[in-house]
Amino acid sequence: MDRIPILRLGRFLLVTIQVDMHDRLALTLQDDLTEQIVSSRARGVLIDISALDIVDSFIGRMLANIASMARILDAETVVVGMQPSVAITLVELGLSLPGIRTALNVDRGMDLLRASGESEDPTSGSRELT
Amino acid sequence: MAVENSRSLGLTSQEDVVIVRQAVRTAAVEIGLTLVDQTKIVTAASELARNTVVHGGGGTARLEIVRDTTKRGLRLTFEDRGPGIADLDLAMRDGYTTGGGLGLGLGGAKRLSTEFEIESKPGMGTRVTITRWKV
Repeated sequence: MDRIPILRLGRFLLVTIQVDMHDRLALTLQDDLTEQIVSSRARGVLIDISALDIVDSFIGRMLANIASMARILDAETVVVGMQPSVAITLVELGLSLPGIRTALNVDRGMDLLRASGESEDPTSGSRELT
Repeated sequence: MAVENSRSLGLTSQEDVVIVRQAVRTAAVEIGLTLVDQTKIVTAASELARNTVVHGGGGTARLEIVRDTTKRGLRLTFEDRGPGIADLDLAMRDGYTTGGGLGLGLGGAKRLSTEFEIESKPGMGTRVTITRWKV
């Protein structure tokens, strides 16, 4: 598998990482997502990492990069589903993922994305993509 | 300390890093490490295996299940014949990087292990050994 699929749901992009990624695959995902944010005019990106059994400094940096690039492109990023053992290990590794919004699961992550879209833009109807 | 079981894996590509991670996970499960401790040693192995490939120009990972009088552990040795590290204190410091990464690899791997040893000579290569004991 040389690409992680990106799904589009309304104004949001959804990514579920289900494989043990080597570094090039992670970089490809970063590039693909950045391009798709622009091409699909997405307002939010949700990344589900519940199937990842580790997050090392490389994957951590990838997540931080995606969040930064998305923000510059006017989209919010939420990372959801981190396993507790991964969270414990990340903090000990020295990564606190500053600037990344997180939620416990996909439902809460979507709520967060929808809420941030509404609060930033009271006339959100005018921004609906069709 | 007695070695119960030993295997060596080549580390030349990013795909090899994934294979080493998976082998370390299997060994960690085999000696009965808790899920958190499994995650810690697999994460440390990932950092060190990447260092071997990216900075060391490739090398090997040795996985050993070890035993002392009271407990079992997993010992991992990452070895390369790359350029070596001139200033180990500096290399261990968080945030110091020569490879454009976050500079958390060595310091982070040390924090995630119960024992950590590093030997390096400029021009000769680097060897890092970490151990996580089952408590």
